[in-house]
Amino acid sequence: MAALWNQPDVQVAVWALLKVGIILNGMLILVSYMIFAERKIAGHMQARTGPNRVGWFGFMQPWADVLKLFFKEEFIPAEANRVIFHIAPMLAVIPALVTFAVVPFGPGPALVGADVNVGLLVFLAMSSLGVYAITLGGWASNNKYALLGGLRSSAQMISYELAMGLSTIGVLMLAGSLSLVDIVHAQSKVAHVFGLPIPGWYVLYQPVAFVIFMITALAETNRAPFDLPEAEGELVAGFHTEYSSMKFGLFFLGEFMNVISISCIAVTLFLGGWNGPGPASLGLLWFALKLALLLFFFIWIRWTYPRLRYDQLMNLGWKVLLPLALANIVLTAIAIQWVSGAAG
Amino acid sequence: MREYLPILLFLIVAAVFAGSTIGMSSLIVPRRRNARKDSAYECGVDPVGNARARFTIKFYLVAVVFILFDIEAVFLYPWAVTFRQLGLYGLVEMLLFIVILLVGYVYLLKKRAFEWD
Amino acid sequence: MIFLFAGFAALLVASSLLVVLHRNPVTSALFLVLAFCSLGGIYLLLQAEFVALVQVIVYAGAIMVLFLFVIMYLNLRQDVERGVQTAIRRGLGWLVGAVLLAEAFALIAKRWQVGPVSGGPEMLEGNTQAIGRALYTRYLFPFEITSLLLLVAMIGVIVIAKGRGGTAAADDSAEEKP
Repeated sequence: MAALWNQPDVQVAVWALLKVGIILNGMLILVSYMIFAERKIAGHMQARTGPNRVGWFGFMQPWADVLKLFFKEEFIPAEANRVIFHIAPMLAVIPALVTFAVVPFGPGPALVGADVNVGLLVFLAMSSLGVYAITLGGWASNNKYALLGGLRSSAQMISYELAMGLSTIGVLMLAGSLSLVDIVHAQSKVAHVFGLPIPGWYVLYQPVAFVIFMITALAETNRAPFDLPEAEGELVAGFHTEYSSMKFGLFFLGEFMNVISISCIAVTLFLGGWNGPGPASLGLLWFALKLALLLFFFIWIRWTYPRLRYDQLMNLGWKVLLPLALANIVLTAIAIQWVSGAAG
Repeated sequence: MREYLPILLFLIVAAVFAGSTIGMSSLIVPRRRNARKDSAYECGVDPVGNARARFTIKFYLVAVVFILFDIEAVFLYPWAVTFRQLGLYGLVEMLLFIVILLVGYVYLLKKRAFEWD
Repeated sequence: MIFLFAGFAALLVASSLLVVLHRNPVTSALFLVLAFCSLGGIYLLLQAEFVALVQVIVYAGAIMVLFLFVIMYLNLRQDVERGVQTAIRRGLGWLVGAVLLAEAFALIAKRWQVGPVSGGPEMLEGNTQAIGRALYTRYLFPFEITSLLLLVAMIGVIVIAKGRGGTAAADDSAEEKP
């Protein structure tokens, strides 16, 4: 037993399993309460109270919702492709969860699942796989609304994925690394302008990239105003029209997990990750605070803006965000070259 | 490559979690099938034809153009992380690369590849 | 390490076989995605982390999406197999397969080992940087040629899409009529 424990692989695996357990449970709780927060905030934005019956101020509402989903009757269209119909909702959750493996939640190796050299690419790979859940779900249902929703959504996601990938290039140029831990470390320097401390967060050096990233994040997660795949008015519910019970629950879970994972990456890339005033032990707290801020932003946007039309959406992605991201890269490159030329 | 092990474990645990959630719920959910419930939803009307229809070519066009620009982005990652070492040389060569692709982009734009109405 | 290699290799072989053998084209395409992902895993075991992730991003995340688009929305439900063409295709398939198999045996017959090649000092900082330095200094010309290749592909797309006249965006006949 001791011999087995002394194997480095086994130790890494045990620690990793512990982290997986904590992150999985933490994220499930976070998703539950984000949905609750969304309903509450939406309520207050529309001058009503939101759920307030189950438990203290409606605080037990998420658990009631989950239980309800578990006991709901399940429909599968007779014409559906049953295997793919079952796999699609699983594919909605898995990439979002794997992304959390590379997010540095705080300083120190204990607070990051896997500190890898290409952490950002892991995130991009997972978000590029995210499109399958929706495409397959829409296709397997053999329902016209679902098919159209799935098709629209896949085209939307791949269009915005480009601008998202390109918007991170500026950050990579500044940090000189694809490792998310290195990127956070690179943002720890505090500059002093007229005695005022200016944090080294990349949102200050790459504001355009940050705006592009957040817009594409909304589109990638199919949140309003980019929620065309599920446009209730025209497509009933889009790709998950035929989904019910816990399979619908997984799509829902996947959507919110994606929102959280993409916000985690945005915090890491642009908002300085765990960096903040005070001792390093407060790192996790700072991360949580910034994450909460971005999650509120997602909810706020959803209940503020109307949905785009599909041609507007494609125009924005291909004719505005893509050239803007490329221009940002070129300008950043010239600026870095100019600054380093002046310094050297 | 030991640092990648946690990612593999995340993948496995996520798959087990997703699979078991569906499995567990399908054990306990009620199922009372009938022909109405089994038919695809079309606002309560009997479904017309099959959903597996052909679609306009625009979607394929978007997918192909996406692949091309995705490859461009992939070239940019190693360039971005070594940019400080490459210096002016790196700037010029990437400008050339981007300008050549911009020609293609403008061509696509002129040929209305991104028009949706 | 050897267990992981065996696992990824088995997954790769099994999913590749299923790509060929499965009757439903969509399922075949999905197994191809799985094959690309396990190939990424093998690259990772060879310490080629950048290539591994790019494999997933480009092949599994971009090219297979296009494949699925084509299969799903052109409604290719089953392989259509009949006529002389199929016989020619089959014969060619067997021929190419035999050549590849012979190549594989030739490789295995030589000295061949599993696992990463022993890395130089630059392995320590991660091989994305190493790739960057090599690609943008020594292999600059092939890199710039790639951009021309992509440009040609862009023009080709438009030419093919517009094949039957009109602009690319004009062909609306079958879309959006729920």
